Amino acid sequence: MQQEVVLALLAKEPSHGYELRARLRGALGPLGESMNPGQIYVTLTRLEKAGLVTCEHAAGLAERPDRKVYALTAAGQQRVAGWLAEVAWPRPDLAEFHLKLIAAAAAGLADPVSIVDTQRRELLRRLRDAQRAAMAEPDRSAAALLLEGIVLRLQADLRWLEACERNWTARKERS
Amino acid sequence: MSDTDGTWVLRARGLRKEYGRDAGLVRAVDGVDLEVAPGETLAVMGPSGCGKSTLLYLLGGLDRPTGGEIWLAGRRVDQMSERALARMRRDAIGFVFQAFHLMDELTAVESAELPALLAGRSPRAARQRATGLLEQVGLADRAKFLPTALSGGQRQRVAIARALVADPLMVLADEPTGNLDSAATLDMLRLFDQLHQAGQTLVIVTHDTRIAATADRMISMRDGAFTDETRLQGGTTGRLGALAGLEG
Repeated sequence: MQQEVVLALLAKEPSHGYELRARLRGALGPLGESMNPGQIYVTLTRLEKAGLVTCEHAAGLAERPDRKVYALTAAGQQRVAGWLAEVAWPRPDLAEFHLKLIAAAAAGLADPVSIVDTQRRELLRRLRDAQRAAMAEPDRSAAALLLEGIVLRLQADLRWLEACERNWTARKERS
Repeated sequence: MSDTDGTWVLRARGLRKEYGRDAGLVRAVDGVDLEVAPGETLAVMGPSGCGKSTLLYLLGGLDRPTGGEIWLAGRRVDQMSERALARMRRDAIGFVFQAFHLMDELTAVESAELPALLAGRSPRAARQRATGLLEQVGLADRAKFLPTALSGGQRQRVAIARALVADPLMVLADEPTGNLDSAATLDMLRLFDQLHQAGQTLVIVTHDTRIAATADRMISMRDGAFTDETRLQGGTTGRLGALAGLEG
C-alpha cells in the first residue's frame, strides 16, 4: 500500500487501523478484497518510524484487541498536502507492446496480427471481469466509479489494438 | 443436412450478401459460417462498414442473402416465401435497434404489446405480458408514457420489452447501446445479463467493447468475414485490483 494513501486516510481524524481498513474497503469494494489485511499495519509502522504518524495506545474496549490510535504529525500533514497537489498519472506501457510487434515482424519470428489478437482476447477477459464487477455494484458507489475508470481504460486500450490490427494487416498485404 | 437435433438455434453456412456488380461489387457479407447455441449470448464486433448489421438483417430474415444457407431451429429460412418469412420474424425473433424504432403515438405499454397482438394473442394476454415485461425492465411506472417523455435508456428498455413480448426463440440486437450514455449502457448490460440468466438466446452486433465483453462468445468481423473468435470467461477480482494499480 502506498504510504501517502494511508496517510491521507488518517487526515480526517486520528483512527484505529481497523477503521482505516474499513474506509479502504468502502472505497475499493470488490477490488479491495485481494489486499493483504496486514499490509496497512506494516505501512503504519513504517510511517511511524519516519515520523509521519504517531501512535498512542488507547485505554479502551476489552473486546477490541486493536487499541492503537494513529494520528498524523505535522510532517505527515505536510506530506498529504504535497501529495494532493502533485500531478501524477499512471503511464500505460504502450511502447513495450509496440516494439514487440515491430521486432516480431522484422525478425519474422511471429505474426504481429496474431500477437494483437492474443492481446485483445486477454483485454476482453479483463474487461469482462471489470464489467461484471461494475454490474454487481450499487449505482454511485465509490467502487463503481473506480470500476468505471478501469472499464474506460480497457476500452481505450482495445481501440488502440484495433488500430494496431488495421495497421499491421495493411502492412502484411503490402509486402 | 438439417440440424433438427436442437444443438443450434441458429446456423448459417457460406452466407453471402453482395451489392452492385463488376467494379462496383461490394461483398458486405463474404462467406460467413455461424452457429448459435440455445441460451448463448453471442457478440459480433467490428468497425462500421464491416458488414455486421447486414449479417444481422440476413439472420433475422429482414433481408435476403445472395448465397448460402440459414437455418433457424432446424428450418431453412433463406428460401422461405415472403409470407412464411414474415410469420417467422413475427413468431420467432425479437429485434432491438440502435434507434429504438418506437412509434411516437404509442405509449410504452402499447408499443411493448404490439408484437404479441400481431402474433394472435388476446388483447388481455398481450397487455398482461407487456405490463410484466415493463416491470421487469424497471419501467412499471412509465407504462402510459409516450416515447417523447422517456429518456434514451428508457426507450431502449421499452424496445427490449417489445422484443420479448411474443417469447421469441432468439433476440437480435443491432448496436443496442449506440445511443446511450455510460449509466444507461450499464443498465442495458444488466438487462442483457438477466435475459442471459433466464436462458434467452441473444445475438448482438456492436462496436461497443463493453457489451462484447459480457457475451459468452465474441466474434470479430472485418470486410464481411469473421477474423477472430474469443470465448470469454470470468476471472478474479484480484487481477482487477492489479488493473487499478493495487498490488495484490
